[in-house]
Amino acid sequence: MTEIINVFAGIFIAIGALLSLVTALGILRLPDVYTRNHAASKGSTLGVMSVLLGAFLYFYTLDGDYNSRLILAIVFIFITSPVAGHLISRAAYNTGIPMWEKSVLDELKDKEKHEKDGLKREKQ
Amino acid sequence: MLDMVLKISLICISIAMLALIYRVIKGPTIPDKVIALDAIGINLVALIALISMLLKTSAFLEVILLVGILAFIGTVAFAKFLEKGEIIERDRNH
Repeated sequence: MTEIINVFAGIFIAIGALLSLVTALGILRLPDVYTRNHAASKGSTLGVMSVLLGAFLYFYTLDGDYNSRLILAIVFIFITSPVAGHLISRAAYNTGIPMWEKSVLDELKDKEKHEKDGLKREKQ
Repeated sequence: MLDMVLKISLICISIAMLALIYRVIKGPTIPDKVIALDAIGINLVALIALISMLLKTSAFLEVILLVGILAFIGTVAFAKFLEKGEIIERDRNH
């Protein structure tokens, strides 16, 4: 039984490490901030969660009791890492960092203009 | 067998962190560097988990939580600094 759990732990850890590698490749190769943020916030989150799940299974077979700290770390990373990606991407957009020149649609530009018009109308 | 998997995973994550360090140094804009630093922090969590598995001790698991929380707080503070120019606002009435 412990051998089976160890095999699963090894599979989870290998998948997580490969996802981290793919994330780094995306961060190297993608053309602008937003696509790189897309790669970083999704890929590394899933990779690290997978590695931590593997570590949880490993320590479960090693010690026999389960580490709630690892579960807490998985939940915390799952909650916070996409939020951090969103915040930094929004900061990049609001400070006017341009998109890739081949991107076709920027819906937020019109929306900001609409919001400013609505603000003026409210003041009047 | 599992030791072999752990060592190979350690090498993979080290290569990933080297690529991220390249992006931190080279990155054309500041949010690029912040994203890469955040990803380095997240990868450091995985690195600590792998090392604590190789050393067969569960003494480092608090460090995992701590690094996760610190990476999140640092990224949020830097995003707010980039967007508003200050991290803790004085005037809260607008």
